[in-house]
Amino acid sequence: MGRITLDKVRKAFGDVEVIPPLDLTIEDGEFVVFVGPSGCGKSTLLRLIAGLEDVSDGQIRIDGKDATAVPPAKRGLAMVFQSYALYPHMSVRKNIAFPLRMAGLDKAEQDRRVAAAAEVLNLTDYLDRRPGQLSGGQRQRVAIGRAIVREPAAFLFDEPLSNLDAALRVGMRLEISELHKRLKTTMIYVTHDQVEAMTMADKIVVLRAGHIEQVGSPLDLYRAPRNLFVAGFIGSPKMNLIGGAVAAGHDATTIGIRPEHISVSAEAGDWKGIVGLSEHLGSDTFFHVTCEGIDGPLTVRVGGEVALDYGQTVWLSPDPAQIHRFDQNGLRIA
Amino acid sequence: MATQHARSAARVMMAPAVILLLGWMLVPLTMTLWFSFTRYLPMRGDSIERGLDWVGFENYVRFIGSSSFWPSVQATLLIVGGVLVITVILGVLLAILLDQPFWGQGIVRILVIAPFFVMPTVSALVWKNMMMDPVNGMLAHLWRFLGMTPVSWLSDASVQSIILIVSWQWLPFATLILLTAIQSLDREQLEAAEMDGAPVMARFWHIVLPHLGRAITIVVLIQTIFLLSIFAEIFVTTGGSFGTRTLTYLIFQRVVDSQNIGLGSAGGVYAIILANIVAIFLMRIVGKNLDR
Ligand SMILES: Nc1ncnc2c1ncn2[C@@H]1O[C@H](COP(=O)(O)OP(=O)(O)O)[C@@H](O)[C@H]1O
Ligand SMILES: [Mg+2]
Repeated sequence: MGRITLDKVRKAFGDVEVIPPLDLTIEDGEFVVFVGPSGCGKSTLLRLIAGLEDVSDGQIRIDGKDATAVPPAKRGLAMVFQSYALYPHMSVRKNIAFPLRMAGLDKAEQDRRVAAAAEVLNLTDYLDRRPGQLSGGQRQRVAIGRAIVREPAAFLFDEPLSNLDAALRVGMRLEISELHKRLKTTMIYVTHDQVEAMTMADKIVVLRAGHIEQVGSPLDLYRAPRNLFVAGFIGSPKMNLIGGAVAAGHDATTIGIRPEHISVSAEAGDWKGIVGLSEHLGSDTFFHVTCEGIDGPLTVRVGGEVALDYGQTVWLSPDPAQIHRFDQNGLRIA
Repeated sequence: MATQHARSAARVMMAPAVILLLGWMLVPLTMTLWFSFTRYLPMRGDSIERGLDWVGFENYVRFIGSSSFWPSVQATLLIVGGVLVITVILGVLLAILLDQPFWGQGIVRILVIAPFFVMPTVSALVWKNMMMDPVNGMLAHLWRFLGMTPVSWLSDASVQSIILIVSWQWLPFATLILLTAIQSLDREQLEAAEMDGAPVMARFWHIVLPHLGRAITIVVLIQTIFLLSIFAEIFVTTGGSFGTRTLTYLIFQRVVDSQNIGLGSAGGVYAIILANIVAIFLMRIVGKNLDR
């Protein structure tokens, strides 16, 4: 079981309020991702849940029981740190067994659980090495191994993939998702990378300056961002945000249209523009088109084989059903 | 331009330093070896100009056969070992203490380091006359205040007293090295251990202490080198009596008090051998600790 409830949780370091009072419920077995720009308080929030920081106000409940004053070790949560925080002088085996040893399990049970974790994480051949002799991805797996042997109520991950190279990151992303499917344990995952959030989460919590901007499934956030911040943060490449007369034409202060919801034509369309830079990814191509009457270039996604020349004149037409409208406060107009 | 040219130029430039250092070591070493095989008693008129009589291993046999030899080796090891144990244990504790944030941290750190800047002779004199004097010493006052009979530290607990004085001098060094080591410990490791269910003592034992392993070895190694040759502290306080005659002190007595340079030199060679045995022994442990 791992249902975590934050009730008006507030955190201040001295006079600086990093987390204003915040309510959030994380259901048992859910994969929740906290996402937001650097410095918005994601790690702080995770550390509050872990018990590594004391809350300034409010209550944290784990499975209905008040855990606000419970020390970290007693909360039944396991954490994977950004730096992995492996114990450098212990072998992989000892690292993974450490929480079991601290819990006073007998040697046979320790060995059994370590072997099982190593099996799951492909670490069996490395059990006698030290962390210093492993690659980044392997260290990451040891850190995860150390977390899973405890059979915690929930896993906490703090930007676990940020120290890995791009290819490994994709692989580990899948492995962690796979692990979640298998263990069905609550996972709270912190990242500043919206791609990780979109690909892994059951539920995304978008944070800005300690505030929750929106909570929802990846597709909820993609389809109906609650405000301009979420609209700009979720989705890659970013949603095009257009103000001025064009927005006024839709009875809004700002309208947003995603690059994939604009069609391009050489002959006719709503907005006339000039093709600027293009990014060819193979599967897709992104064009940056500067349109008459619109500030800043618009990003447009087309198929990978489409080629347009730099400086060519084109017409863009947004899909009317996919236009997001926002009022003068940046809030979505239903 | 790392050419042949540059390399030979570098060699030429380094040569003076290398030659100076070699001479600095080799000349006294050779002379000690030479004297140790000769009869050299200046009071009897022996001198290098007149030529010294070659006596083979006689000095070596006499030095080791003397009743003071084994006790002096014992005293040396006892004092070195005692100081090492005290400075390492207290050094670790002090380092942990000084690593905590507290008011006046800067000043306290300087105060802790201060004894290191006091000359050995001065500190020994201060300890002897101010602290340990059985009549006027601070400790005597304290003992009387507590209703006990003051202790004649330097005669009744002489070895312990020397260990105390020398530890006081070397504690700052150990603390300083261990403090920098503790500061380099990754906080997340401690937090991870905390989440893994390790209470404070277990965190110290399983995380902090192994992290300090290297620094402790370095402290032990460097201190041993200097402690094997402590002299002033003994000269000023007990003059080598009451079981505080170390090997170094015994050699000094043979050369200066008995005016027997040959015998003293043989003792010097034994001291070199002892130092090397200790060094090899230590290097083994260090090697194990430094290799990872
Ligand atoms: N121990 C601390 N003392 C003071 N300020 C802190 C402390 N830890 C974090 N902060 C501040 O809290 C804010 C949020 O930090 P953090 O939670 O680490 O952000 P994120 O993980 O989202 O990048 C930052 O402005 C940071 O400077
Ligand atoms: Mg962070």
